[in-house]
Amino acid sequence: MSAILDRIDQRLLRETAGLHSIPRGAYNIRKNGVGIARESTANIEIRSKADQSGIEVIVKPGTKNESVHIPVILSAEGFSDVVTNKFDIGEGSDVLVVAGCGVHNSGSADSRHDGIHEFLIRRGARMRYVEKHYGEGQGKGKRILNPVTVINVEEGGVAELELVQIRGVDSTNRETRISLSRDARLIVTERLLTNGEQDAVSRISVDLVGDDSTARVISRSVARDRSSQVFYFDLRGRSRCRGHVQCDSIIMDEAQVRSIPEISAHHCEAQLVHEAAIGRIAGEQLLKLMSLGLTREQAESTILDGFLK
Amino acid sequence: MLVLERVSYTPADRTCLEPIVQDASLELRDKHLYVITGPNGGGKSTLARLIMGIIKPTSGRVLLDGQDVTDMTVDERARLGIGYAFQQPPRFKGLTVRDLLTLAAGNRAGDQDVASLLLSVGLCPKDYENREVDATLSGGELKRIELASILARNLRVAVFDEPEAGIDLWSFRRLAQTFEEMHDKSDATIVIISHQERILELADEIILVADGRVKELRSRDEVMKDIRDEEACRCSLETREGVEEHVGYFRQN
Repeated sequence: MSAILDRIDQRLLRETAGLHSIPRGAYNIRKNGVGIARESTANIEIRSKADQSGIEVIVKPGTKNESVHIPVILSAEGFSDVVTNKFDIGEGSDVLVVAGCGVHNSGSADSRHDGIHEFLIRRGARMRYVEKHYGEGQGKGKRILNPVTVINVEEGGVAELELVQIRGVDSTNRETRISLSRDARLIVTERLLTNGEQDAVSRISVDLVGDDSTARVISRSVARDRSSQVFYFDLRGRSRCRGHVQCDSIIMDEAQVRSIPEISAHHCEAQLVHEAAIGRIAGEQLLKLMSLGLTREQAESTILDGFLK
Repeated sequence: MLVLERVSYTPADRTCLEPIVQDASLELRDKHLYVITGPNGGGKSTLARLIMGIIKPTSGRVLLDGQDVTDMTVDERARLGIGYAFQQPPRFKGLTVRDLLTLAAGNRAGDQDVASLLLSVGLCPKDYENREVDATLSGGELKRIELASILARNLRVAVFDEPEAGIDLWSFRRLAQTFEEMHDKSDATIVIISHQERILELADEIILVADGRVKELRSRDEVMKDIRDEEACRCSLETREGVEEHVGYFRQN
């Protein structure tokens, strides 16, 4: 590991992919626009796309309890990376895909990664997808991440998405589009924290195309200092389906949060709900924890950690 | 011992010109259970909040074992061993029952401690320890967890603000038992704000608070006798009125 990855790289990998060493199972590590390590397994093949614009990950039908790690590291100052990866999750399989991008920028020019991930979750397959974004470095150059995730879930398939961005990303414009066939199920949990002058935009749109498809989107965010966040949720019921969007934001200091949820039914048996709330930490919550002996700062961070867990 | 020395409180925002608590003096001894009772709006909860430091007195002093804690913050008082069970406990998204009780125990609680705390308030640990303290809990469940968060602590003064509010009948019996056990086992000063006779019965002394003043502090037996006498009078009065009403009805018709 240390032969190809320096200490910064290792830290970025730990933060984004929870990796302390080369992962077991299939993986592909991309650093500053170049693949630096790759491993396929008997059931999961990773190969470069013909046009070299990214990778293709093919999971064989029936593959169970295997994982794919595809972290991206950006440590070169002022580097701009665009990649399009495709995933084919075979019928009846059950896999974990861990993606994520760690940016270290100590320079004055912006570092940017635009990752496009396209998934096809085939009939009866289940995919858990974890995407973590992390930035660090003292330079004036911004750390910018603009991920696009497009997922098609076939009949009876399940997609569970965990999208996390907690630290150090100056600007993000995230787009997530999902289409669900008959009996398909989607759970999205989004966690976002911005501070300083950071800005984040997240769009999640879900098309419930097939009968008995279900979608649940839970978004929680914390906006501190002078940061800003904008959320767009668009849930479209095109069949006999159920969908629920729940978005909560804690606002602090001089931050700004906009939440724009939309639900639209194109079928009389579509049941769609959205709940949205923005507010500061309730005084009673702070008092309760302080009455257990926590200082105000400890109480505040306990509340925020729990909220974003 | 917790001492309130001529404590008064008038809100700074001038929503109320009259003091909510006026010149309250109390000496609350260790290993004693006090019940504060009195009419709604009389200043009982304000008194409890003054003890915890959630609000600061406009004048007067609060002393814990001789130490002046009047200017101490909520967390400073908590670390000295003062605890407060909220009448309406707040909910926390993302914080589990286990997280809350572990925090309450000062991170000393192991899994077994959390489980026994939950059992002592009548909740099955398996069903509750991993649940979030959020809107999915009923009011009664939340109150029991609030109670457990106080039992988790090694307190010198434990204040309970209307613990029975929102609790069903079965839980209420259990609640009274829990206070009884706490009183038996711990050296803490226990202060309960309550209107319930069953809770009043647990008290060593009963404090009557009305119009922002401590009207009297008397032993349980004296107060309970008065309450029963008064109830008997009211009952006979109501019966008499009821009979007269019926007689009147028949005479008219």
